[in-house]
Amino acid sequence: MALADAALHLATERLTALFHRTAAVKEVSLMFPRHTVTAIIGPSGCGKSTFLRCLNRMHELSDGGWVTGKVLLEGVDIYGGRVNPVEVRRRVGMVFQRPTPFPTMSIYDNVVAGLRVNGRLPQTTLDEAVERALRQSALWDEVKDRLRVSALDLSGGQQQRLCIARAVAPGPDVLLLDEPTASLDPLGTLRIEELCHELKRRYTIVIVTHNLQQAARVSDYTAFFYLGELIEVGRTKDIFTKPRVERTEAYITGRFG
Amino acid sequence: MIAPRLRRRVGSAIMTTLVVALCLLAVLPLLFILGDLTVKGASSIDWNFFTKSPVPAGQTGGGVANAIVGTGIIVGLACLFGLPIGIGAGVFLAEYGSGRLGWLVRFVADVLNGTPSIVMGIFVWGWFVKPLGHFSALAGGLALAALMIPMVARTTEEMVRLVPHSLREAALALGYPRWRTSLRVVVRTALAGIVTGGLVAVARIAGETAPLLFTALGNLNFSTNILQPMQTLSLQIYVYATGPFDEWHRLAWAAALVLMALVLGLAVLARWATRQRDGTG
Repeated sequence: MALADAALHLATERLTALFHRTAAVKEVSLMFPRHTVTAIIGPSGCGKSTFLRCLNRMHELSDGGWVTGKVLLEGVDIYGGRVNPVEVRRRVGMVFQRPTPFPTMSIYDNVVAGLRVNGRLPQTTLDEAVERALRQSALWDEVKDRLRVSALDLSGGQQQRLCIARAVAPGPDVLLLDEPTASLDPLGTLRIEELCHELKRRYTIVIVTHNLQQAARVSDYTAFFYLGELIEVGRTKDIFTKPRVERTEAYITGRFG
Repeated sequence: MIAPRLRRRVGSAIMTTLVVALCLLAVLPLLFILGDLTVKGASSIDWNFFTKSPVPAGQTGGGVANAIVGTGIIVGLACLFGLPIGIGAGVFLAEYGSGRLGWLVRFVADVLNGTPSIVMGIFVWGWFVKPLGHFSALAGGLALAALMIPMVARTTEEMVRLVPHSLREAALALGYPRWRTSLRVVVRTALAGIVTGGLVAVARIAGETAPLLFTALGNLNFSTNILQPMQTLSLQIYVYATGPFDEWHRLAWAAALVLMALVLGLAVLARWATRQRDGTG
Protein backbone atom coordinates (compact mmCIF):
# COMPACT_ATOMS: atom_id res chain seq x y z
CA MET A 1 0.00 0.00 0.00
CA ALA A 2 2.77 2.42 0.92
CA LEU A 3 4.56 1.61 -2.29
CA ALA A 4 1.41 2.15 -4.32
CA ASP A 5 0.89 5.54 -2.68
CA ALA A 6 4.42 6.64 -3.44
CA ALA A 7 3.99 5.75 -7.10
CA LEU A 8 0.59 7.38 -7.25
CA HIS A 9 0.88 10.85 -8.71
CA LEU A 10 -2.54 12.04 -9.64
CA ALA A 11 -5.96 10.71 -8.69
CA THR A 12 -9.57 11.70 -8.90
CA GLU A 13 -12.16 10.82 -6.27
CA ARG A 14 -15.80 10.79 -7.34
CA LEU A 15 -15.12 13.66 -9.70
CA THR A 16 -18.24 15.11 -11.26
CA ALA A 17 -18.01 17.90 -13.84
CA LEU A 18 -21.07 19.95 -14.66
CA PHE A 19 -22.18 22.55 -17.17
CA HIS A 20 -24.80 24.54 -15.30
CA ARG A 21 -27.00 21.67 -14.02
CA THR A 22 -26.01 18.99 -16.50
CA ALA A 23 -23.30 16.54 -15.51
CA ALA A 24 -20.82 15.80 -18.30
CA VAL A 25 -18.62 13.60 -16.12
CA LYS A 26 -20.20 11.53 -13.34
CA GLU A 27 -18.43 10.40 -10.18
CA VAL A 28 -15.23 9.28 -11.81
CA SER A 29 -12.50 7.86 -9.57
CA LEU A 30 -9.26 7.19 -11.41
CA MET A 31 -5.60 6.84 -10.45
CA PHE A 32 -2.61 7.88 -12.51
CA PRO A 33 0.69 6.32 -11.39
CA ARG A 34 3.87 8.36 -11.80
CA HIS A 35 5.69 8.12 -15.13
CA THR A 36 2.94 6.32 -16.95
CA VAL A 37 0.78 7.20 -19.92
CA THR A 38 -2.94 6.80 -19.38
CA ALA A 39 -5.20 6.96 -22.42
CA ILE A 40 -8.81 8.03 -22.10
CA ILE A 41 -11.01 6.67 -24.87
CA GLY A 42 -14.68 6.75 -25.65
CA PRO A 43 -17.15 7.97 -28.26
CA SER A 44 -17.68 11.68 -28.94
CA GLY A 45 -19.47 13.47 -26.16
CA CYS A 46 -18.56 10.90 -23.52
CA GLY A 47 -16.96 13.55 -21.31
CA LYS A 48 -13.33 12.57 -21.82
CA SER A 49 -12.14 16.08 -22.76
CA THR A 50 -14.19 17.61 -19.96
CA PHE A 51 -12.64 15.15 -17.53
CA LEU A 52 -9.16 16.10 -18.73
CA ARG A 53 -9.93 19.79 -18.30
CA CYS A 54 -10.85 19.15 -14.67
CA LEU A 55 -7.33 17.92 -13.96
CA ASN A 56 -5.81 21.40 -14.36
CA ARG A 57 -8.87 23.41 -13.38
CA MET A 58 -9.59 24.55 -16.92
CA HIS A 59 -13.16 23.22 -16.83
CA GLU A 60 -14.31 25.93 -14.45
CA LEU A 61 -13.36 28.56 -17.06
CA SER A 62 -15.99 27.22 -19.45
CA ASP A 63 -19.40 28.85 -19.39
CA GLY A 64 -21.31 27.35 -16.47
CA GLY A 65 -18.54 24.89 -15.65
CA TRP A 66 -18.18 23.59 -12.09
CA VAL A 67 -16.94 20.52 -10.31
CA THR A 68 -17.66 18.32 -7.30
CA GLY A 69 -15.41 15.62 -5.85
CA LYS A 70 -11.65 15.70 -5.55
CA VAL A 71 -8.57 15.79 -7.76
CA LEU A 72 -5.51 14.84 -5.76
CA LEU A 73 -2.14 15.95 -7.03
CA GLU A 74 0.49 14.33 -4.84
CA GLY A 75 -2.14 13.88 -2.19
CA VAL A 76 -3.37 17.49 -2.17
CA ASP A 77 -6.85 18.30 -3.48
CA ILE A 78 -6.37 20.91 -6.22
CA TYR A 79 -9.95 22.04 -5.62
CA GLY A 80 -9.15 22.72 -1.96
CA GLY A 81 -9.95 26.18 -0.64
CA ARG A 82 -6.40 27.44 -0.41
CA VAL A 83 -5.23 26.27 -3.82
CA ASN A 84 -4.70 28.89 -6.51
CA PRO A 85 -5.89 27.56 -9.90
CA VAL A 86 -3.15 29.51 -11.67
CA GLU A 87 -0.54 27.57 -9.65
CA VAL A 88 -2.23 24.28 -10.53
CA ARG A 89 -2.01 25.10 -14.23
CA ARG A 90 1.70 25.76 -13.90
CA ARG A 91 2.21 22.28 -12.44
CA VAL A 92 -0.13 20.52 -14.84
CA GLY A 93 0.68 21.37 -18.46
CA MET A 94 -1.81 20.98 -21.28
CA VAL A 95 -1.69 20.58 -25.06
CA PHE A 96 -4.83 21.07 -27.12
CA GLN A 97 -6.37 19.47 -30.21
CA ARG A 98 -5.22 22.17 -32.55
CA PRO A 99 -1.79 23.77 -32.35
CA THR A 100 -2.11 27.10 -30.55
CA PRO A 101 1.21 28.94 -30.89
CA PHE A 102 0.96 32.60 -29.93
CA PRO A 103 0.93 34.28 -33.35
CA THR A 104 2.70 37.48 -32.29
CA MET A 105 5.64 35.65 -30.71
CA SER A 106 8.74 33.99 -32.11
CA ILE A 107 9.51 30.31 -31.60
CA TYR A 108 11.79 31.28 -28.72
CA ASP A 109 9.23 33.54 -27.05
CA ASN A 110 6.56 30.87 -27.38
CA VAL A 111 8.68 28.33 -25.53
CA VAL A 112 9.51 30.69 -22.67
CA ALA A 113 6.01 32.18 -22.43
CA GLY A 114 5.17 30.02 -19.43
CA LEU A 115 8.48 30.82 -17.72
CA ARG A 116 8.27 34.57 -18.18
CA VAL A 117 4.93 34.72 -16.44
CA ASN A 118 6.77 34.11 -13.16
CA GLY A 119 8.85 37.22 -13.57
CA ARG A 120 12.18 38.11 -15.13
CA LEU A 121 14.72 35.33 -15.49
CA PRO A 122 18.38 35.58 -16.56
CA GLN A 123 18.96 35.20 -20.30
CA THR A 124 21.11 32.09 -19.82
CA THR A 125 18.36 30.38 -17.84
CA LEU A 126 15.90 31.09 -20.61
CA ASP A 127 18.31 29.93 -23.32
CA GLU A 128 18.88 26.66 -21.49
CA ALA A 129 15.17 26.15 -20.91
CA VAL A 130 14.44 26.71 -24.60
CA GLU A 131 17.01 24.15 -25.71
CA ARG A 132 15.91 21.62 -23.11
CA ALA A 133 12.22 21.97 -23.92
CA LEU A 134 12.76 21.86 -27.68
CA ARG A 135 14.98 18.78 -27.35
CA GLN A 136 12.36 17.07 -25.22
CA SER A 137 9.72 17.79 -27.84
CA ALA A 138 12.04 16.59 -30.64
CA LEU A 139 11.94 19.94 -32.39
CA TRP A 140 15.38 21.32 -31.57
CA ASP A 141 17.23 20.11 -34.65
CA GLU A 142 14.58 21.54 -36.95
CA VAL A 143 14.41 25.04 -35.45
CA LYS A 144 17.70 25.70 -33.64
CA ASP A 145 18.90 28.06 -36.38
CA ARG A 146 15.71 30.09 -36.57
CA LEU A 147 14.49 30.54 -33.03
CA ARG A 148 13.62 34.17 -33.71
CA VAL A 149 11.23 33.63 -36.60
CA SER A 150 7.47 33.67 -36.10
CA ALA A 151 6.00 30.47 -34.71
CA LEU A 152 3.50 30.57 -37.58
CA ASP A 153 6.30 29.76 -40.05
CA LEU A 154 6.30 26.17 -38.76
CA SER A 155 4.21 23.33 -40.18
CA GLY A 156 1.18 22.08 -38.27
CA GLY A 157 3.06 19.14 -36.80
CA GLN A 158 5.98 21.34 -35.80
CA GLN A 159 3.57 23.84 -34.24
CA GLN A 160 2.06 21.07 -32.16
CA ARG A 161 5.52 19.98 -30.96
CA LEU A 162 6.23 23.64 -30.21
CA CYS A 163 3.11 23.65 -28.04
CA ILE A 164 4.43 20.56 -26.24
CA ALA A 165 7.75 22.35 -25.73
CA ARG A 166 5.87 25.36 -24.39
CA ALA A 167 3.93 23.12 -22.01
CA VAL A 168 7.03 21.32 -20.67
CA ALA A 169 9.32 24.38 -20.45
CA PRO A 170 8.04 25.58 -17.05
CA GLY A 171 8.77 22.09 -15.67
CA PRO A 172 5.31 20.72 -14.90
CA ASP A 173 4.72 17.37 -13.16
CA VAL A 174 1.83 16.22 -15.27
CA LEU A 175 1.14 16.62 -18.99
CA LEU A 176 -2.41 16.54 -20.31
CA LEU A 177 -2.80 15.91 -24.03
CA ASP A 178 -6.26 16.55 -25.48
CA GLU A 179 -6.35 14.69 -28.81
CA PRO A 180 -2.95 16.15 -29.68
CA THR A 181 -2.81 14.53 -33.11
CA ALA A 182 -6.37 15.28 -34.21
CA SER A 183 -5.26 17.88 -36.76
CA LEU A 184 -1.98 16.27 -37.85
CA ASP A 185 -0.97 14.09 -40.79
CA PRO A 186 0.23 10.49 -40.19
CA LEU A 187 3.90 11.50 -39.97
CA GLY A 188 3.18 14.27 -37.47
CA THR A 189 1.03 11.81 -35.51
CA LEU A 190 3.84 9.28 -35.42
CA ARG A 191 6.31 11.81 -34.06
CA ILE A 192 3.97 12.88 -31.28
CA GLU A 193 3.36 9.24 -30.34
CA GLU A 194 7.08 8.55 -30.20
CA LEU A 195 7.39 11.63 -28.06
CA CYS A 196 4.92 10.24 -25.53
CA HIS A 197 7.29 7.35 -24.83
CA GLU A 198 10.14 9.78 -24.27
CA LEU A 199 8.15 12.23 -22.17
CA LYS A 200 6.75 9.69 -19.75
CA ARG A 201 10.21 9.23 -18.26
CA ARG A 202 9.84 12.74 -16.88
CA TYR A 203 6.14 13.36 -16.64
CA THR A 204 2.91 11.63 -15.83
CA ILE A 205 0.85 11.79 -19.00
CA VAL A 206 -2.89 11.66 -19.55
CA ILE A 207 -3.92 11.56 -23.19
CA VAL A 208 -7.42 11.81 -24.62
CA THR A 209 -7.73 10.19 -28.00
CA HIS A 210 -10.29 9.21 -30.58
CA ASN A 211 -7.88 6.82 -32.14
CA LEU A 212 -7.91 3.36 -30.57
CA GLN A 213 -4.69 2.25 -32.25
CA GLN A 214 -3.05 5.31 -30.80
CA ALA A 215 -4.26 4.46 -27.32
CA ALA A 216 -2.92 0.93 -27.77
CA ARG A 217 0.44 2.20 -29.04
CA VAL A 218 1.23 4.91 -26.51
CA SER A 219 -0.45 4.10 -23.23
CA ASP A 220 0.25 1.90 -20.22
CA TYR A 221 -3.28 2.22 -18.89
CA THR A 222 -6.53 2.83 -20.70
CA ALA A 223 -9.78 4.17 -19.31
CA PHE A 224 -13.02 3.82 -21.27
CA PHE A 225 -15.65 6.51 -20.78
CA TYR A 226 -19.23 6.32 -21.93
CA LEU A 227 -21.95 8.95 -21.35
CA GLY A 228 -19.87 10.67 -18.71
CA GLU A 229 -19.20 7.53 -16.72
CA LEU A 230 -16.03 5.55 -16.30
CA ILE A 231 -16.94 2.12 -17.66
CA GLU A 232 -13.65 0.32 -17.30
CA VAL A 233 -10.01 1.00 -16.58
CA GLY A 234 -7.02 -1.31 -16.65
CA ARG A 235 -3.67 -2.09 -18.25
CA THR A 236 -3.88 -1.19 -21.91
CA LYS A 237 -3.11 -4.68 -23.13
CA ASP A 238 -5.82 -6.12 -20.89
CA ILE A 239 -8.40 -3.59 -22.05
CA PHE A 240 -7.66 -4.32 -25.67
CA THR A 241 -7.36 -8.11 -25.41
CA LYS A 242 -9.74 -9.16 -22.66
CA PRO A 243 -12.05 -6.36 -21.54
CA ARG A 244 -14.26 -7.29 -18.64
CA VAL A 245 -17.23 -5.14 -19.59
CA GLU A 246 -19.28 -5.94 -22.64
CA ARG A 247 -19.69 -2.30 -23.65
CA THR A 248 -15.93 -1.80 -23.70
CA GLU A 249 -15.54 -4.78 -25.94
CA ALA A 250 -18.26 -3.50 -28.23
CA TYR A 251 -16.49 -0.15 -28.52
CA ILE A 252 -12.97 -1.39 -29.11
CA THR A 253 -14.13 -3.92 -31.66
CA GLY A 254 -15.95 -1.15 -33.51
CA ARG A 255 -19.50 -2.33 -32.93
CA PHE A 256 -20.59 1.11 -31.71
CA GLY A 257 -19.26 4.60 -31.07
CA MET B 1 -30.91 24.76 -74.41
CA ILE B 2 -29.06 27.87 -75.51
CA ALA B 3 -31.60 30.43 -74.33
CA PRO B 4 -31.14 29.97 -70.55
CA ARG B 5 -27.38 30.24 -70.87
CA LEU B 6 -27.62 33.37 -72.98
CA ARG B 7 -30.08 34.88 -70.58
CA ARG B 8 -27.73 34.16 -67.71
CA ARG B 9 -24.79 35.73 -69.48
CA VAL B 10 -26.74 38.85 -70.43
CA GLY B 11 -28.09 39.13 -66.93
CA SER B 12 -24.60 38.78 -65.50
CA ALA B 13 -23.23 41.45 -67.84
CA ILE B 14 -26.00 43.89 -66.95
CA MET B 15 -25.53 43.37 -63.23
CA THR B 16 -21.76 43.72 -63.46
CA THR B 17 -22.10 46.98 -65.38
CA LEU B 18 -24.63 48.24 -62.87
CA VAL B 19 -22.44 47.38 -59.90
CA VAL B 20 -19.37 48.98 -61.45
CA ALA B 21 -21.37 52.11 -62.30
CA LEU B 22 -22.72 52.39 -58.75
CA CYS B 23 -19.25 51.86 -57.40
CA LEU B 24 -17.91 54.72 -59.52
CA LEU B 25 -20.82 56.85 -58.41
CA ALA B 26 -19.87 56.21 -54.79
CA VAL B 27 -16.25 57.20 -55.37
CA LEU B 28 -17.18 60.21 -57.49
CA PRO B 29 -17.84 62.64 -54.59
CA LEU B 30 -14.39 61.92 -53.15
CA LEU B 31 -12.75 62.56 -56.52
CA PHE B 32 -14.76 65.77 -56.98
CA ILE B 33 -13.86 66.99 -53.50
CA LEU B 34 -10.18 66.23 -53.96
CA GLY B 35 -10.17 67.77 -57.46
CA ASP B 36 -12.03 70.88 -56.42
CA LEU B 37 -9.84 71.40 -53.35
CA THR B 38 -6.69 70.95 -55.39
CA VAL B 39 -7.82 73.37 -58.10
CA LYS B 40 -8.92 76.06 -55.67
CA GLY B 41 -6.48 75.48 -52.81
CA ALA B 42 -3.18 74.23 -54.16
CA SER B 43 -2.15 77.58 -55.63
CA SER B 44 -2.34 79.21 -52.20
CA ILE B 45 -0.11 76.67 -50.53
CA ASP B 46 3.44 77.92 -50.15
CA TRP B 47 6.05 78.08 -47.43
CA ASN B 48 4.36 81.02 -45.72
CA PHE B 49 1.13 79.09 -45.52
CA PHE B 50 2.74 76.57 -43.19
CA THR B 51 5.01 78.91 -41.24
CA LYS B 52 3.13 82.20 -40.75
CA SER B 53 0.17 83.02 -38.57
CA PRO B 54 -2.82 84.88 -39.99
CA VAL B 55 -2.41 88.59 -40.73
CA PRO B 56 -5.10 91.16 -39.83
CA ALA B 57 -8.18 91.19 -42.04
CA GLY B 58 -7.79 93.02 -45.32
CA GLN B 59 -4.05 92.41 -45.65
CA THR B 60 -2.70 89.77 -48.00
CA GLY B 61 -0.25 87.02 -47.09
CA GLY B 62 -0.01 85.13 -43.81
CA GLY B 63 -0.63 81.44 -43.21
CA VAL B 64 -2.31 79.00 -40.91
CA ALA B 65 0.67 77.78 -38.88
CA ASN B 66 -1.32 78.41 -35.70
CA ALA B 67 -4.17 76.22 -36.94
CA ILE B 68 -1.88 73.37 -38.05
CA VAL B 69 -0.07 73.31 -34.71
CA GLY B 70 -3.37 73.75 -32.89
CA THR B 71 -4.92 70.81 -34.70
CA GLY B 72 -1.94 68.70 -33.70
CA ILE B 73 -2.15 69.72 -30.05
CA ILE B 74 -5.92 69.32 -29.70
CA VAL B 75 -5.98 65.98 -31.52
CA GLY B 76 -3.03 64.92 -29.36
CA LEU B 77 -4.94 65.85 -26.22
CA ALA B 78 -7.97 63.95 -27.49
CA CYS B 79 -5.80 60.86 -28.06
CA LEU B 80 -4.23 61.23 -24.62
CA PHE B 81 -7.64 60.97 -22.95
CA GLY B 82 -9.59 59.08 -25.57
CA LEU B 83 -7.32 56.22 -26.61
CA PRO B 84 -6.54 54.69 -23.18
CA ILE B 85 -10.16 54.95 -22.03
CA GLY B 86 -11.56 53.77 -25.35
CA ILE B 87 -9.17 50.84 -25.71
CA GLY B 88 -9.57 49.90 -22.06
CA ALA B 89 -13.35 49.94 -22.38
CA GLY B 90 -13.14 47.87 -25.58
CA VAL B 91 -10.95 45.21 -23.96
CA PHE B 92 -13.28 45.12 -20.99
CA LEU B 93 -16.31 44.67 -23.24
CA ALA B 94 -14.73 41.85 -25.21
CA GLU B 95 -13.12 40.00 -22.31
CA TYR B 96 -15.41 40.58 -19.36
CA GLY B 97 -18.44 42.25 -20.86
CA SER B 98 -20.89 39.35 -20.91
CA GLY B 99 -22.79 40.49 -17.84
CA ARG B 100 -25.16 43.33 -17.10
CA LEU B 101 -22.42 45.96 -16.80
CA GLY B 102 -21.08 44.97 -20.21
CA TRP B 103 -24.52 45.31 -21.73
CA LEU B 104 -24.89 48.76 -20.17
CA VAL B 105 -21.47 49.99 -21.34
CA ARG B 106 -22.13 48.67 -24.86
CA PHE B 107 -25.52 50.37 -24.96
CA VAL B 108 -24.09 53.69 -23.74
CA ALA B 109 -21.26 53.48 -26.27
CA ASP B 110 -23.72 52.87 -29.11
CA VAL B 111 -25.86 55.83 -28.03
CA LEU B 112 -22.78 58.05 -27.74
CA ASN B 113 -21.63 56.90 -31.17
CA GLY B 114 -24.83 58.28 -32.62
CA THR B 115 -24.79 61.51 -30.62
CA PRO B 116 -24.34 64.62 -32.79
CA SER B 117 -20.87 66.02 -32.21
CA ILE B 118 -22.19 69.47 -31.40
CA VAL B 119 -23.99 67.97 -28.41
CA MET B 120 -20.61 66.76 -27.13
CA GLY B 121 -19.39 70.34 -27.49
CA ILE B 122 -22.30 71.72 -25.49
CA PHE B 123 -21.78 69.05 -22.87
CA VAL B 124 -18.09 69.92 -22.41
CA TRP B 125 -18.92 73.62 -22.48
CA GLY B 126 -21.46 73.14 -19.67
CA TRP B 127 -19.26 70.96 -17.49
CA PHE B 128 -15.83 72.31 -18.19
CA VAL B 129 -15.70 75.66 -19.98
CA LYS B 130 -18.44 77.39 -18.00
CA PRO B 131 -17.22 76.40 -14.51
CA LEU B 132 -13.66 77.39 -15.40
CA GLY B 133 -14.81 80.61 -16.99
CA HIS B 134 -12.83 80.47 -20.23
CA PHE B 135 -12.45 78.57 -23.48
CA SER B 136 -9.38 76.39 -23.87
CA ALA B 137 -7.62 73.86 -26.08
CA LEU B 138 -7.93 71.39 -23.20
CA ALA B 139 -11.72 71.66 -23.37
CA GLY B 140 -11.55 71.09 -27.13
CA GLY B 141 -9.41 68.01 -26.58
CA LEU B 142 -11.92 66.69 -24.05
CA ALA B 143 -14.82 67.20 -26.45
CA LEU B 144 -12.98 65.31 -29.19
CA ALA B 145 -11.97 62.60 -26.71
CA ALA B 146 -15.63 62.15 -25.79
CA LEU B 147 -16.34 61.59 -29.49
CA MET B 148 -13.44 59.18 -29.82
CA ILE B 149 -14.08 56.95 -26.81
CA PRO B 150 -17.21 55.15 -28.05
CA MET B 151 -15.72 54.71 -31.53
CA VAL B 152 -12.46 53.28 -30.23
CA ALA B 153 -14.23 51.15 -27.63
CA ARG B 154 -16.45 49.45 -30.19
CA THR B 155 -13.73 48.83 -32.79
CA THR B 156 -11.37 47.53 -30.08
CA GLU B 157 -14.08 45.20 -28.85
CA GLU B 158 -14.62 43.83 -32.35
CA MET B 159 -10.89 43.31 -32.88
CA VAL B 160 -10.36 41.60 -29.52
CA ARG B 161 -13.34 39.34 -30.17
CA LEU B 162 -11.67 38.11 -33.35
CA VAL B 163 -8.83 36.55 -31.36
CA PRO B 164 -9.53 32.80 -31.27
CA HIS B 165 -10.71 31.41 -27.97
CA SER B 166 -8.10 28.66 -28.22
CA LEU B 167 -5.30 31.23 -27.74
CA ARG B 168 -6.87 32.42 -24.49
CA GLU B 169 -7.14 28.83 -23.29
CA ALA B 170 -3.54 28.11 -24.25
CA ALA B 171 -2.33 31.06 -22.18
CA LEU B 172 -4.54 30.20 -19.22
CA ALA B 173 -3.36 26.57 -19.34
CA LEU B 174 0.23 27.84 -19.10
CA GLY B 175 -0.61 29.45 -15.79
CA TYR B 176 -1.23 32.98 -17.01
CA PRO B 177 -3.56 34.91 -14.73
CA ARG B 178 -6.61 36.16 -16.57
CA TRP B 179 -5.58 39.84 -16.81
CA ARG B 180 -2.18 38.82 -18.17
CA THR B 181 -3.79 36.59 -20.73
CA SER B 182 -5.84 39.58 -21.84
CA LEU B 183 -2.85 41.90 -22.11
CA ARG B 184 0.05 39.72 -23.25
CA VAL B 185 -1.73 37.37 -25.60
CA VAL B 186 -5.15 38.64 -26.58
CA VAL B 187 -4.47 42.37 -26.92
CA ARG B 188 -1.10 41.74 -28.54
CA THR B 189 -2.70 39.51 -31.12
CA ALA B 190 -5.40 42.08 -31.81
CA LEU B 191 -2.97 45.03 -31.79
CA ALA B 192 -2.92 45.68 -35.54
CA GLY B 193 -6.71 45.97 -35.57
CA ILE B 194 -6.75 48.17 -32.49
CA VAL B 195 -4.16 50.53 -34.00
CA THR B 196 -6.21 50.73 -37.18
CA GLY B 197 -9.35 51.51 -35.20
CA GLY B 198 -7.47 54.24 -33.33
CA LEU B 199 -6.17 55.81 -36.55
CA VAL B 200 -9.61 55.78 -38.13
CA ALA B 201 -11.02 57.47 -35.03
CA VAL B 202 -8.26 60.11 -35.16
CA ALA B 203 -9.06 60.73 -38.81
CA ARG B 204 -12.72 61.13 -37.90
CA ILE B 205 -12.16 63.70 -35.14
CA ALA B 206 -9.34 65.64 -36.83
CA GLY B 207 -11.84 67.37 -39.08
CA GLU B 208 -14.54 68.02 -36.46
CA THR B 209 -15.65 71.63 -36.13
CA ALA B 210 -18.90 71.70 -34.19
CA PRO B 211 -17.61 70.39 -30.84
CA LEU B 212 -14.74 72.89 -30.94
CA LEU B 213 -16.88 75.99 -31.53
CA PHE B 214 -17.58 76.55 -27.86
CA THR B 215 -14.68 74.68 -26.34
CA ALA B 216 -11.40 75.51 -28.14
CA LEU B 217 -13.13 78.54 -29.67
CA GLY B 218 -10.36 79.43 -32.12
CA ASN B 219 -7.51 81.90 -31.95
CA LEU B 220 -6.09 84.14 -34.66
CA ASN B 221 -2.70 84.20 -32.97
CA PHE B 222 -0.15 81.47 -32.60
CA SER B 223 -0.65 79.74 -29.24
CA THR B 224 0.58 76.55 -27.64
CA ASN B 225 -0.98 77.17 -24.23
CA ILE B 226 -3.54 74.43 -23.73
CA LEU B 227 -5.39 76.49 -21.13
CA GLN B 228 -6.07 79.24 -23.67
CA PRO B 229 -8.27 79.27 -26.78
CA MET B 230 -6.58 77.63 -29.74
CA GLN B 231 -7.09 77.51 -33.48
CA THR B 232 -7.59 74.36 -35.51
CA LEU B 233 -7.75 73.88 -39.27
CA SER B 234 -11.47 73.15 -39.14
CA LEU B 235 -12.20 76.31 -37.12
CA GLN B 236 -9.98 78.33 -39.41
CA ILE B 237 -11.89 77.07 -42.44
CA TYR B 238 -15.18 77.90 -40.74
CA VAL B 239 -14.11 81.46 -39.92
CA TYR B 240 -12.45 82.15 -43.28
CA ALA B 241 -15.14 80.56 -45.42
CA THR B 242 -17.93 82.52 -43.73
CA GLY B 243 -15.94 85.77 -43.77
CA PRO B 244 -16.29 88.54 -46.36
CA PHE B 245 -12.76 88.69 -47.84
CA ASP B 246 -11.50 86.95 -51.00
CA GLU B 247 -8.12 86.51 -49.33
CA TRP B 248 -9.81 84.55 -46.55
CA HIS B 249 -11.72 82.38 -49.01
CA ARG B 250 -8.47 81.57 -50.79
CA LEU B 251 -6.83 80.49 -47.51
CA ALA B 252 -9.93 78.52 -46.51
CA TRP B 253 -9.64 76.43 -49.68
CA ALA B 254 -5.98 75.81 -48.99
CA ALA B 255 -6.65 74.89 -45.35
CA ALA B 256 -9.39 72.50 -46.47
CA LEU B 257 -6.94 70.84 -48.85
CA VAL B 258 -4.39 70.41 -46.06
CA LEU B 259 -7.00 69.00 -43.69
CA MET B 260 -8.26 66.60 -46.36
CA ALA B 261 -4.72 65.46 -47.08
CA LEU B 262 -4.16 64.90 -43.36
CA VAL B 263 -7.29 62.77 -42.98
CA LEU B 264 -6.53 60.84 -46.16
CA GLY B 265 -2.98 60.27 -44.97
CA LEU B 266 -4.25 58.85 -41.67
CA ALA B 267 -6.63 56.55 -43.50
CA VAL B 268 -3.84 55.26 -45.72
CA LEU B 269 -1.61 54.82 -42.67
CA ALA B 270 -4.36 52.79 -40.99
CA ARG B 271 -4.55 50.51 -44.03
CA TRP B 272 -0.80 50.17 -44.12
CA ALA B 273 -0.58 49.33 -40.40
CA THR B 274 -3.10 46.52 -40.83
CA ARG B 275 -1.34 45.06 -43.81
CA GLN B 276 2.11 45.23 -42.21
CA ARG B 277 1.12 43.25 -39.17
CA ASP B 278 -1.20 40.90 -40.93
CA GLY B 279 1.85 39.55 -42.70
CA THR B 280 2.45 37.28 -39.73
CA GLY B 281 -1.14 36.66 -38.79
